[in-house]
Amino acid sequence: MVDMCLHALAHARSGDKGDRLNISLIAYAPELFPLLVEAVTESAVATLFAHRRPSSVRRYVLPKLGALNFVLDNILDGGVTQALNLDSHGKTLSYCLLGLSIAVPDELVGFSRPHLKFDN
Amino acid sequence: MGGRMLIGTGAGYSGDRLDAPLSVVRDLRASGERAAIMFETLGERTLALAQLRRRQDPAIGYEPKLAALLAPVLKDCIDGNIAIVGNFGAANPPAAGRLIARLAADAGTGARIGVITGDDMLDADGLDVLRACCEDLPEKNKLVSANAYLGAAPIVEALGAGANVVVTGRVADPSLALGPLIHAFGWSFDDWATLGRGTMAGHLLECGAQVSGGYYADPGFKDVPAPENIGYPIAEIDAGGGIVIGKAAGGGLVDRHTVTEQLLYEVHDPAAYITPDVVADISDASLTELGNNRVRVEGVAGHARPDRLKVTVCYDGGWLGEGEISYYGPNALARARLAGEIVRRRSPPGIRIRRDVIGVLSVLGDDDGRAWDNFGDLAATGSEDVRLRVAFAGDDKALVERGLAEVEALYCAGPAAGGGIRLALRPRIAATSCFVPRDAVRAKVAFMEAAHG
Repeated sequence: MVDMCLHALAHARSGDKGDRLNISLIAYAPELFPLLVEAVTESAVATLFAHRRPSSVRRYVLPKLGALNFVLDNILDGGVTQALNLDSHGKTLSYCLLGLSIAVPDELVGFSRPHLKFDN
Repeated sequence: MGGRMLIGTGAGYSGDRLDAPLSVVRDLRASGERAAIMFETLGERTLALAQLRRRQDPAIGYEPKLAALLAPVLKDCIDGNIAIVGNFGAANPPAAGRLIARLAADAGTGARIGVITGDDMLDADGLDVLRACCEDLPEKNKLVSANAYLGAAPIVEALGAGANVVVTGRVADPSLALGPLIHAFGWSFDDWATLGRGTMAGHLLECGAQVSGGYYADPGFKDVPAPENIGYPIAEIDAGGGIVIGKAAGGGLVDRHTVTEQLLYEVHDPAAYITPDVVADISDASLTELGNNRVRVEGVAGHARPDRLKVTVCYDGGWLGEGEISYYGPNALARARLAGEIVRRRSPPGIRIRRDVIGVLSVLGDDDGRAWDNFGDLAATGSEDVRLRVAFAGDDKALVERGLAEVEALYCAGPAAGGGIRLALRPRIAATSCFVPRDAVRAKVAFMEAAHG
């Protein structure tokens, strides 16, 4: 087992509606998806964002897309029209999720990024 | 009616790249296929700001960049029979329609322009509806805008009456694509599965480059070809609602990953993506990469549309003040934090205050960019270059200004060697939403003609 950031295993995008934020988490390879389902639970995400005090965290599983969708309520200090945060939309918070570290079995490490080969 | 239709995106928000429509229209025309281009330029607060502009001058209140977006492509679209559908009417679709008629005349072409209104709920009848449906409706003198989300039906009506351009105010973003699809294929307004597919095609298109490599690049992890020149998306939709997402010529990319990010963007329960037209369901959706920047979307379902329509209510949200000051070198962070404490102690009561510390390279660099070009070396030195940001918010403008004055006073009375103060003060728009009965909102379609030049 190796500890790795989600950033090496998956990508993410956040979107806001009022004081509700959703963050998609998308596996780079289908082989990594079961690991995400197991490790990136609602409680793991609630702990990660505890400093922003979400009132609820829900997770939706989309196996055919190899994706999880997290919905966090009341995490944006009132949302884009109220918050004093520079990023009142919470657009940058997808990369907060990608900072989560999880244990990765050795045989899955080869599916992580960055790939060894760079085109540029 | 069979066949297929192409729909491209010319803008995904009000501040989008102005040259984006050029390659989209070029590719749509070259295809020779039935086609439309959609422009989504209306964020939640954009409409409230437009409403404020309209109060100042009844001749404006539409998207300020409308002429810059449309003028370069208007004649090509009309000549190529490419329908234009946009919510760039904002708070004043009739005025936008008149501007487009002038643009068409200037370009030497005729045009029939469909103008959709009825989303504005701030008239007497609309206010009665809002009062009955919204628990926390602000007082009337604080209201700036209240607009119901219309669906695809009035767009279909306008296209059916021969409009080349359809101008709307508040319409659900995916309806800008669904309207032309219903018009082209004659889909029934209760064919939920097909409407669900058309709606998700619109959802994938509505943010422009966000599905074709925009808002995606992460160097070394997710590289995007020519990110400064992304080809905006073009979707191919068939009569059964089959969707293939592609893009116009240029940089960017469309693959399983870019499409998944946008498919789930601003989605909560994937089984219930609610628009005025349908409740779309992507819980069983799947994607297939076809190569050459094309991705097929399958498995989208739909359920009966909601009985109520969402109304976004915007109101006076007081004032936001922001001040910043930089500190560099030994003990910079401690000086920045002390500055933040001083400002807090001296700020007037009755306003909210927040402090942040920003920092990698805010003041050390040089105007010729040598430090920027050698960024790696700079980061490795572990230099301290931090910038304090203080934000204030409150209903009383004078109090927020007093808070900002305390940031300004740091120059002479704060910790050592603070520099680069910037202050900004702006009014805020607050927003809330409520839901009203569908039959309380009546969309209206009117037409304007541009004479041949």
